[in-house]
Amino acid sequence: MAKKKTTKKKTSKKMSKKTATKTKGRVVDKKRDAVTKKKIEDLASIIVKRSLGQKEPTFEIPTRSVSNMKYNKKKRILEMGSNTQTRSLFNLGQSRKFMQSLLLAKGCRDLIDAEKTLSLRGMYYMALHTIPGTKERTFNDQGESDGILEDLEVSLDGLREELHVFAKKRGTMVGNITVVDNGDEINCRKMGTGGYAIPSICEPNIMQFKECSASFILHVEKDTVWSRFNEDRFWETHNCILTEGSGQPPRGVRRMLHRMHKELKLPVYCLLDCDPWGHYIYSVIKQGSINLAFESERMAIPDAKFMGIRSKDYDRLDLSDDVKIELNDRDITRAKQIAAYPWFEGKREWQREIKTMLNNGFKMEVESLITKDISYVTEEYVPARLKEGDFLD
Amino acid sequence: MEIALFLYPVGFLRKMPKTKVQKKKKTRSNATAETMAAGQRDISVSEFFAKNRHLLGFDNPRKAMLTAIKEAVDNALDACEEGGILPHIFVRVLQISESRFKLMIRDNGPGIVRAQIENIFGKLLYGSKFHRLKMSRGQQGIGISAAGMYGLMTTGKPVVIISKIGKKKPAHEVVLKMDTSKNRPTVISDEEHPEDDKFFEDGHGTQVEIELEGKYQKGRQSIDEYLEQTAIANPHAHITYVTPANETIEYPRAIEELPEEPKEIKPHPKGIELGTLIQMLERTKQRQLGGFLTKDFCRVGSTKAREITKGAGMTGQTWIKTVGHDEAEKLYESIQKTRIISPNTDCLVPIGSKALLAGLLKELKAEFFAASTRPPNVYRGNPFQIEVAIGYGGGLGRDDSAKVLRFANRVPLLYSQSSCCSFKAVAETSWKNYGLTQPKNSIPSGPLVVMIHMASVWVPFTSESKEAIADYDEIRKEMKLALQECGRKLGTYLRRRKRMARESERRSVFERYIGEISRCCHALVGADTDKLYKALMKQAKRRTDEADNQLDDEGNLLDDGGRLGNDDDVIIVDNLQDIPEQEETLFGNSTKKKKVKKKSKKTRGKK
Repeated sequence: MAKKKTTKKKTSKKMSKKTATKTKGRVVDKKRDAVTKKKIEDLASIIVKRSLGQKEPTFEIPTRSVSNMKYNKKKRILEMGSNTQTRSLFNLGQSRKFMQSLLLAKGCRDLIDAEKTLSLRGMYYMALHTIPGTKERTFNDQGESDGILEDLEVSLDGLREELHVFAKKRGTMVGNITVVDNGDEINCRKMGTGGYAIPSICEPNIMQFKECSASFILHVEKDTVWSRFNEDRFWETHNCILTEGSGQPPRGVRRMLHRMHKELKLPVYCLLDCDPWGHYIYSVIKQGSINLAFESERMAIPDAKFMGIRSKDYDRLDLSDDVKIELNDRDITRAKQIAAYPWFEGKREWQREIKTMLNNGFKMEVESLITKDISYVTEEYVPARLKEGDFLD
Repeated sequence: MEIALFLYPVGFLRKMPKTKVQKKKKTRSNATAETMAAGQRDISVSEFFAKNRHLLGFDNPRKAMLTAIKEAVDNALDACEEGGILPHIFVRVLQISESRFKLMIRDNGPGIVRAQIENIFGKLLYGSKFHRLKMSRGQQGIGISAAGMYGLMTTGKPVVIISKIGKKKPAHEVVLKMDTSKNRPTVISDEEHPEDDKFFEDGHGTQVEIELEGKYQKGRQSIDEYLEQTAIANPHAHITYVTPANETIEYPRAIEELPEEPKEIKPHPKGIELGTLIQMLERTKQRQLGGFLTKDFCRVGSTKAREITKGAGMTGQTWIKTVGHDEAEKLYESIQKTRIISPNTDCLVPIGSKALLAGLLKELKAEFFAASTRPPNVYRGNPFQIEVAIGYGGGLGRDDSAKVLRFANRVPLLYSQSSCCSFKAVAETSWKNYGLTQPKNSIPSGPLVVMIHMASVWVPFTSESKEAIADYDEIRKEMKLALQECGRKLGTYLRRRKRMARESERRSVFERYIGEISRCCHALVGADTDKLYKALMKQAKRRTDEADNQLDDEGNLLDDGGRLGNDDDVIIVDNLQDIPEQEETLFGNSTKKKKVKKKSKKTRGKK
């Protein structure tokens, strides 16, 4: 199934370059939109046909859970299995979701027709209304509509971008690269202290790379650390691109990293906290996430490397006791869970890393290096790791 | 009117001098036997009770007023039933000043002959119920005379009695005062009214007027509550009540039929103890064992007598004189081994499931009623019978714990609830099994009213003021069995109701979303909204219909629309607004039952 999808996507990508035109200050991909629109209308047609034939109206959704996810050892990414679940109107637990799916499908179709895009929150408002004759609202909160949209993506085999929906912007970038975003040229060397906000949609029809002289990408966990690097002009001194994903990186950031890695052949290094959550961020960047396994092919970076913080850094760098944050029960369970994931299972160094952390009984944040010196991380830690080539794979 | 005699005072009287001795010891006045003897003298029963009025339920003004009314109404009902007259009781509470009230209770009973009036109303321990095994309300009550005494003590006003025994007979108006030290009534005035007076509509009856110090308060343990519950337990009575606020409340009659007259019985052999048996052997008029067993006990025929005597190694011809202590013990053991049928049920007159339901239906705004009458049983040789009825849902209070209405021989018990056997039985029954919530060691909560009635020739009260039934294992067991029977019916009803609610909810969920879906499909592919809506609605109905059928076929538990509907001891009220018009008679109920059945079928068809 995943294979099929990729071939489809490649063709659509090729086509998109040819047919992309700019109207009303926005790049519109008419061919791609027509395909998505057809998919939505097909879904509705089947439901209508089944209903009129007195059959139960249903549609299939590929299951998005650990059980329906496989680790492709060859490609080193997570892929979605072939399990699907049936969503039917006449099932009390699914009835409401069925109705919501159709409402959002209609919303997406309307967006395509209007040649506009909306945020996830915008979609929520677009499909939100009180069901006539009742006091029930179609959605209780945005979370409900976000989940349905992800279902819709997988069942229509169309990406969120193709449905004209984007997420809230999160993540910043700065470095020796110039990109073209929706026709506007952006020089990431001149982004001041704030940096360039990585958009939610980084598809080739909207985002192109114009020029790049950087030799690698350094991805850090959060904004605070990123600011330290930016202020120290790390990207200038080490000729790199500096990105940040505000915790678990959103799809835009992951897509951007993936494209820069693939198209510009830049290695990706990650500087994350030494805790299970940092480890999982790395896992998502490298293999893809369980929830969005269907997008791994276009987001995962199997060659990404984990630079730190390492559990051995406490001893190696002779850090003070104050930086220790005790592991709680949740951390310990999560760490054990991560260690058991198939893509971590066979990696001896990772097993040792997690074991050391558990033996230490504490976690550390990237900021803990500030106890050594304000710019220790930019002037000593990262350069030393780069020089040694000491990374976890 | 009958006044019950009092059994216990004798014991109290014996104790009296002792307490005095103790008192003296405390003060250490070093009295000698001679000086003490000077203070030791007879105490009249009336005097004793004047001092210990709490024993009779006259502890505080509020309770005193209730007890006075209770005694009068109980006596009135007993008199009417004995006279074969459908009772119509008139109760008026008139407030004279803040703490002074005038009570007036009038019945349409057979009346009292002139010569007996002062004895009945002015003398304690006067009556005929002593040592008699017969079911009646006033089995150990003190009667109206105690109420009159209380009135006299608190206000100094005498009791006024008017009684008429027939249309052609004159009515007598007697004003009575009681001499407490001599336990003797004093007639203050006696007036004979002409034969054609208009005191009593039916031409006969008795009216009592007592002025006393009291306190009127509504709510729990109030006169209102007592009369309401009396109306439930006595659906054959019509009660009119005029409150101190001068409002008239009518408790109409629900059954036009008097309960059967209870019969007097002899003791049952299984219920007596060895000591009692020996005493009976000493006192019997019979000469031979066979005659003793068959004549002095109930349910023992010649065959059973032979079986018992044989088991004890004796014969029916054995002379009573020769039966000593050892033989009596053998006889007692033999009785325990022999199977003897339960005492005659005709000595007990249960209210009956139908009448219970009629009574509850009349006073409760519930949606589900169930009743259960247990077969008679015996405790300590006294036959008794337990009846339980429950009302659930509808307009009953939802947040509080369940209400327990307790009755003994049709008399509501309002005080000492937690020490009552029936209350314990309710708390011990596991109501969780029947779909109710129940805090640990407590009565269930929710919109539930439980009514427990104990009918017996001798109701074992925990105290003289008749407030709670004593906790006998046999009684509690019967109560629990009856409660469980009603509980099971309630459980099936609740389960069915839940199931039906779930189904209709399911349907409404589908119906809600079908509109949205049709509109979406119309917008997406131009499908005909109406056509699609109708097609989907048809499917939704078919699907919930299927579920309904499953419910019916799923076996006994859920298939009780029919079973409960056919049960004579269950009434389900669908529409509470119907109650006032339909509740007059039992026939109203049966028509309603039919209607309910039809209705449930109809709704099912709709699905």
